[in-house]
Amino acid sequence: MSSPGFLLRRPASARDAPALHGIDRLGALLTLVGAAGLFLLPFVAFKANRILPGDPRGLEQVLPVWAALTCWATLAAVAAVALLCANASLRLAAALAGLVVIAMALATAANALTPPHNRIVRVAPGAGFWLLLAALGLLATDAITRMRPGPRARVLLLVLFLGVVGLTLAHGTFDNVSVMREYAVNSSAFALAARQHILLSLGSLGAAVIVALPLGIFCHRAPRLQPGVLSALNIIQTIPSIALFGILMAPLGALAAHVPLAAAAGIRGIGAAPAVVALFLYSLLPIVANTVAGLKRVSPATVEAALGMGMTRWQTLRSVELALALPVILTGIRIVLVQNIGLVTVAALIGGGGFGTFVFGGIGQAATDLVLLGAIPTVVLAFSAAVLLDALVERLDRVRQ
Amino acid sequence: MIVIESLTKRYGSATAVDAVSMVIERNSLTVIVGTSGSGKSTLLRMINRLVEPTSGRVLIEGRDTESEPGHTLRRRIGYVIQGHGLFPHRTVAENVATVPRLLKWEEARIRARTEQLLAALQLDPALYSEKYPHQLSGGQQQRVGVARALAAEPAVLLMDEPFGALDPIIREKAQDDLLDIQRKFGTTIVLVTHDIDEAFRLGDRVAVMSEGRLLQYDRPEVLVTRPADSIVARMTGSAERAMRLLSLTTAGEAALPLASDGGKEDAPVVRASASLREVLSELLWRGSEIATIVDENGTPCGRLTVAAILARGRPS
Repeated sequence: MSSPGFLLRRPASARDAPALHGIDRLGALLTLVGAAGLFLLPFVAFKANRILPGDPRGLEQVLPVWAALTCWATLAAVAAVALLCANASLRLAAALAGLVVIAMALATAANALTPPHNRIVRVAPGAGFWLLLAALGLLATDAITRMRPGPRARVLLLVLFLGVVGLTLAHGTFDNVSVMREYAVNSSAFALAARQHILLSLGSLGAAVIVALPLGIFCHRAPRLQPGVLSALNIIQTIPSIALFGILMAPLGALAAHVPLAAAAGIRGIGAAPAVVALFLYSLLPIVANTVAGLKRVSPATVEAALGMGMTRWQTLRSVELALALPVILTGIRIVLVQNIGLVTVAALIGGGGFGTFVFGGIGQAATDLVLLGAIPTVVLAFSAAVLLDALVERLDRVRQ
Repeated sequence: MIVIESLTKRYGSATAVDAVSMVIERNSLTVIVGTSGSGKSTLLRMINRLVEPTSGRVLIEGRDTESEPGHTLRRRIGYVIQGHGLFPHRTVAENVATVPRLLKWEEARIRARTEQLLAALQLDPALYSEKYPHQLSGGQQQRVGVARALAAEPAVLLMDEPFGALDPIIREKAQDDLLDIQRKFGTTIVLVTHDIDEAFRLGDRVAVMSEGRLLQYDRPEVLVTRPADSIVARMTGSAERAMRLLSLTTAGEAALPLASDGGKEDAPVVRASASLREVLSELLWRGSEIATIVDENGTPCGRLTVAAILARGRPS
């Protein structure tokens, strides 16, 4: 899974005014995308039941005239700001206003199209809605990037965003939208999947840190072994995830069959065990490589001074070398966490659980809404993890450099 | 007093330091000088056991350095390296407090000591305590490095090319400051350098090393007047040895009594702390035969003639 990097890292060069003859280039692109979504593609798809193909409906077909007009007017104003205005705060406000308007339009459309007490009819967001969402989301994140918020402010923004979305969902505003319908049916399975997903991602990360950190230190101390270890880990990284899950099924199954203790500990050929092992293996390279790189960055004079002051080797490693390498090591951990949150989805194939259960279940039943019920929280989870760890790295780097 | 007894370090078949023996007096400033690869840094690092000797031993105040773990030994010995080696993630105050923290001093004592040292090194504690090393100039970083090394009141201070990263003007100032500090704290200092001028300027005694061996260890003027061999002679500079000799004596030390008539009115005036080399240069420039020496307060305290200076430029 690739992470939406534009929100996470501040651009190296100043890009406050990418304007061309007064017209913002990104704004122009996003306006085109948004306009295409609004006028060429259906805003929602009306389905008689959850697996039938949708009947496309435009905004003007599903909303009262005044509401559709309000919606168009707002989006036109947003486009004007995106095209002509360089003020980042105003751009952010416009993007947020646009997001609120299309969200309300979706909820209104779902409520209007769904007959009372009907649990079979589905109103799904259409391609036009998704394009508008993408364009407005990009506009918002670009505005945030231009405002250059500090690490603390970025975390605050994330919490605010998650809070607003969470409250809206809890309030039931979107209950008639197809994905939320799917959620209502699967709510207990959803909670379980969320727990499994987080546990699998963090558990494999934790195990990887415990092994990879000493391995990285060892590679740093014994530079001769470094190429061997790193290329071995590199090879693991090149195995496709589905293949690795498959490869692990046989030995873990044999282990469970012949070692009663392993079976008692919950190790099976399928399920969480091969998933954790595979994720753990994938996690090693980024952490080991970043630990080595971080330690290499510590100047030999600093280490020599630490030893010369009378620090023991362990004190030097902990309070000087690792302390100085920490931002780089955390960057590796960030890569791994985001990568794992994505890969756990695939682990559902071998019974590992997590949000992937919905994705593959949805593919099996040709139920797009169920696929989305798995995919959307995965993206939100990965995105949140990336923002949090990036903020942490930047905060550490700011103090220490 | 530091006694070094036939200290040797071998790396495989190469000998970095070859059976060096020397005695370093308490409260003295000893300079070990040599070209790169002469083994001078290795010798220094064997004193605090950053490098473990292959054979031989070191006694500090009669106590064998092998009688305790290396890291506790090093907490009692100050250590300053080229490029200061300050911890970039710690503030100036935290850097200075490194060894007292390792020794588990009380916080109040650590704070008092840190402030005292920063003030002694002309770094206003209120201004610099909370700064990070990268916010300081090269000269300031170097002084923090010295403060850090002196924090736990070590009797011995080892310095490995401490001024190597400084530009010439700051360097001279830093050398003067070091002499002040040595007088103030009475620390025994062993300093390694490749710069013979620095060695002559700072050293009470100078040890010349080449290819792992100690060629000569004596007072600077003896190195000039009676070099042990051709390498020492070449290093101390045979072409300018007379001038070097003059640079080792101050005008105050060589001053003749004031003439009864109070001396010539227009005679050049020089400070008692200036070296004879500087006085001679001043006399040549001014075309004068005689200079009046004044003390720190500007009061005349003696005179110097060209003839008297020239007499000092010959081996006695």
